[in-house]
Amino acid sequence: MWEAFKQWFHRWGSPKWFYERSLMWSFWLGWGALILLPVGMVWGLAFAPQDYQQGNSFRIIYLHVPAAILAQSCYMIMAVAGFVSLVWRMKMADVVLKCAAPIGASFCFLALFTGAVWGKPTWGTWWEWDARLTAMLILLFLYFGIIALEAAIEDKITAGRAAAVLSLVGVVNIPIIKYSVEWWRTLHQPATFKLTEKPDMPVEMWAPLLVMVIGVYCFFGYSLFLRSRNEIIERERRTLWVRELLAKEGKA
Amino acid sequence: MTEIGVWAGFCAVVRRDLMLAFRRPQELANPLVFFVMAVSLFPLGVSPEKSFLAPAAAGVVWVASLLATLLSLDALFRADHEDGSLEQLTLAPQPLFILVLAKVFAHWLTTGLPLLLLSPVLALMLHVDESLLGVLMLSLLVGTPVLSLIGAIGAALTVGLRVGGVLISLLVLPLYIPVLIFGTGMVQSAAAGMDYTATLAMLGAILALSLTLAPFAAAAALKISVSN
Repeated sequence: MWEAFKQWFHRWGSPKWFYERSLMWSFWLGWGALILLPVGMVWGLAFAPQDYQQGNSFRIIYLHVPAAILAQSCYMIMAVAGFVSLVWRMKMADVVLKCAAPIGASFCFLALFTGAVWGKPTWGTWWEWDARLTAMLILLFLYFGIIALEAAIEDKITAGRAAAVLSLVGVVNIPIIKYSVEWWRTLHQPATFKLTEKPDMPVEMWAPLLVMVIGVYCFFGYSLFLRSRNEIIERERRTLWVRELLAKEGKA
Repeated sequence: MTEIGVWAGFCAVVRRDLMLAFRRPQELANPLVFFVMAVSLFPLGVSPEKSFLAPAAAGVVWVASLLATLLSLDALFRADHEDGSLEQLTLAPQPLFILVLAKVFAHWLTTGLPLLLLSPVLALMLHVDESLLGVLMLSLLVGTPVLSLIGAIGAALTVGLRVGGVLISLLVLPLYIPVLIFGTGMVQSAAAGMDYTATLAMLGAILALSLTLAPFAAAAALKISVSN
């Protein structure tokens, strides 16, 4: 079992293996996103019942919550990749870390933006210096920092390892985001979804949300694979296998 | 040749950095002058009224000291990197994180401590009640070492880069925000007549966390920057 895991781990650490296998993965994830996102969106926006308090304005939850969840898990993935990169010096971990950062930043921005749009009708304000909101804003700044650091260092290996250190340092923010709604009972409502408990809303309301969450994860996986494949070709362009690949496709 | 112990190595680095700092008193004064000027911009730019200044003072002093620290961070490792002594430090028999801790301690003695000592004067100029000066200084006493510790990570990551100065602020400021929140929160709750020990405990916990983890992260970052 452990041996099989180690073998699997090392295979995915090889750029060539990653490039070959990720095509199939990105294909299925892309289709998953293409089906789940419109289904969840139409279901949530048009067919889910109205909220008894917030009326129709609650429907932005179907965009807001998946984006917020993804922005945080993307950072966790980057921190894990950073750890792998520092401990085992795997090239692929650097690639994943670099490629995930802009996606995470976009979703973090989307969560903040949809939150502002939602906040206006329900709280009467676009922005409040509430603990959850501020912690998400810090997360966005951390993403910016990692992207800027990665861009400022020319040598790709040094850049990858520096970004790995920074993403590990910034991981202290994730539990702050997670528990901010419980530690400081301010404006933001507590978590909508928990893995361990039954959600306290009717199934017609949370089912489309679940579809959207899974769809967003599919989209994330799809774009991460796509970006990583691009990055691999760029980094490995001098290796034999990339040259052979390009020659086969008649592009070099 | 005799072996130099860890503690002796720590002391040697602190002594060296302090000596270097005091040989250039002008550079030592720069963050302090910046601190005073930044604070005096608020009465001029927003309002000189006591009704605005007194409640805002803790935040103004904290933000200004945070920016002044940020200004001084770029120099933390840069000169050593340029003359090659940083490489010698990474090769030293003592663990690198101890030497980083020594450099951070020296940085705090030359930046954080003077800011702390200067803060009551500025707080009085901002009409802070005299009974709150002690709390403000206590919050800075616990908070400013965190600024130096976290800042060292950013300085270590950017030491080999030309654009270092601007990039440090981008990397470090998000991590400074919790310190700022609890530091000013402490003074504000004291001003409201409430018990501020809970906030002080949070600030202390942040200090303990960064004291134990930041030197390791900064040492790892230095090794990455130097090996390039």
